[in-house]
Amino acid sequence: MLKGIPVSSGISIAPVVILAHAAPSAPAQTAPADTSKELELLARSVEQAREQLEKLREQTEEQLGAEKAAILSAHMAFLEDPAFVGEMSSLIENKQLAATAAVQQVSDQFVGLFESMDDAYMKERADDIRDVSRRLIRNLSGTDEEAVFPEEPFILAAWDVTPSETLQLPLASVRGIVTVKGGATSHAAILARSLGIPAVMGAGEQLMEKVSAGSLLILDGATGDLIVSPDTETLARYEEKAAKEAAERAAYAALKDLPAETTDGHRVHLMANMAVPEEADALAASGVEGIGLFRSEFLFMDRSTLPDEEEQFAAYKQVAVAFGDKPVIIRTLDVGGDKHLPALELPQEDNPFLGFRAMRISLARPELFLVQLRALLRASAFGRLLIMFPMISHLGQLREAKRLLEQAKAELREKGVAFDEQISVGMMMEIPGACLQADAFAKEVDFFSIGTNDLVQYTLAVDRMNANVADLYSYYHPAVLRLISNVIAASHRAGIWTGLCGEMAGDPLATELLLGMGLDEFSGAASVMPKVKERIRNTSMEKAQQLAEQVLALATVEEVVALLQDKTE
Amino acid sequence: MIQFEVTVTVEGGLHARPAALLVNRSAQTQSKITLNKGEKQVDGRSILGIMTLGATQGDKLLVSVDGADEETVAASIQQLFEQSFQS
Repeated sequence: MLKGIPVSSGISIAPVVILAHAAPSAPAQTAPADTSKELELLARSVEQAREQLEKLREQTEEQLGAEKAAILSAHMAFLEDPAFVGEMSSLIENKQLAATAAVQQVSDQFVGLFESMDDAYMKERADDIRDVSRRLIRNLSGTDEEAVFPEEPFILAAWDVTPSETLQLPLASVRGIVTVKGGATSHAAILARSLGIPAVMGAGEQLMEKVSAGSLLILDGATGDLIVSPDTETLARYEEKAAKEAAERAAYAALKDLPAETTDGHRVHLMANMAVPEEADALAASGVEGIGLFRSEFLFMDRSTLPDEEEQFAAYKQVAVAFGDKPVIIRTLDVGGDKHLPALELPQEDNPFLGFRAMRISLARPELFLVQLRALLRASAFGRLLIMFPMISHLGQLREAKRLLEQAKAELREKGVAFDEQISVGMMMEIPGACLQADAFAKEVDFFSIGTNDLVQYTLAVDRMNANVADLYSYYHPAVLRLISNVIAASHRAGIWTGLCGEMAGDPLATELLLGMGLDEFSGAASVMPKVKERIRNTSMEKAQQLAEQVLALATVEEVVALLQDKTE
Repeated sequence: MIQFEVTVTVEGGLHARPAALLVNRSAQTQSKITLNKGEKQVDGRSILGIMTLGATQGDKLLVSVDGADEETVAASIQQLFEQSFQS
């Protein structure tokens, strides 16, 4: 079976349409060309591109709003740029290149330039250059005008898709997108999510070997599974699954504006986790109450220098503004372990998960930590930000982190820079030692957020990426459940609240149990939160508390899971 | 030819929008405009060139304007930077 990276959830079953012109790149033509003819061809293709983009821009603005249309305005501006089209012309004139080769050469040059830049925003512009160049080459080759898509349902299969191609898909008939290249944070992936088109990307080159135009394809955007020409039994199974999903989606849509409240009036908060700021607008519109975990790592990855205060400030502010008065919890840098950071030149470690990572790095390099804290504080003036510290095991670390935060505040006050004086400060509860000592920590923070992914790994001494022991990994282990229960109880005794931002928060099987333990906030992938809301709205706090009491008395993972399954069915 | 230094105060640096505004000014004149950041030099008419300067907030740029209307053009560019590209 084919498998790719799941980037936008949902099941689609439809015939494949192949975006044929999306070949890896145009063949470089070096044969001496008729210069004046090539210049004329280039001019015509630029003119054609301008018309196509103007039409697409108008259409996008009308259907999807000015913000999504702005990408296309930028593409039009590139066409006016003397360093872009002008450089292509001079390559044709002076180097006797064919028009397609000239486009490709200038495109490669700018793609390289943008990709080497340290600014995340600028890196992404490489996609825009590819997009415009591909359009020019398509026009030059003259094999097709704009791609024409069928009015009947179809799944688009392509080498990769550009943002403008994604915007061009007819929403009435496109059922899914599958690509050879690409990943979950590409621009096209983010667009697919915000447009609600199921998508699997990065399926590898075998995709194009296995599918052909018209072949029936099943695409599961939640798992990344792709099934080409399914047998009748598989088809029936997925059709049933898709119908169930559609019914659920309709039911959830009805819940969108209702609170996450039990039948006896106990209210909790449902938030979403977010990895890149580009997702902010779509998430803000999706009905979540805020962001329970925004990982600041995205700013630091894949680059050779560290982001400065201005760049961090701009990114945090963008998110703060997008959510307005809804809370956004931003976690300070959490690298090391499995997440390497070239800019920090961290030493290779034998045991990285127990090594120099997250808050341990921030406290060892206060000059870097202060930059992040100042950027966060400045952004807090534009919305409702909460600051969260990861990987704290010792009370002394928390105190030192808070001392540095106070120092950052003092520096800003002195300069007369505005920030939220009441900003809440919390910590991740992901180390068993801290969970056991939760009562002491609770006196010194405004909230806890339990990170089950690391908590399970540290409590049970299991690396879940290691296939030989992965079956021992479970957040239903009674020891993990007792730690969670202890953290929540300690927080309530101290008058603060507790959230949970690991995978467990989005697992509907765990919802009633966590609710019964007293969890105040659940934060998971936005796509699974409606299911959690439904569970909460269909139970009472009294029932949930009884369930939690029963579960906490059990001795094995199997007993816990069996009881939960029994209760939820 | 007129040369002067400007400081980038626009939030996020010279991204697509401020770069486009700068190019608009450049396109309305016959003068030749160049921007320098350290060793890097780009044409004031090139949106991609300006973006690839990678000028972030706080950076200083050297601007050169050469042509018949260089004085008015220089003033208008200076104003653009001073007002942080808020038009």
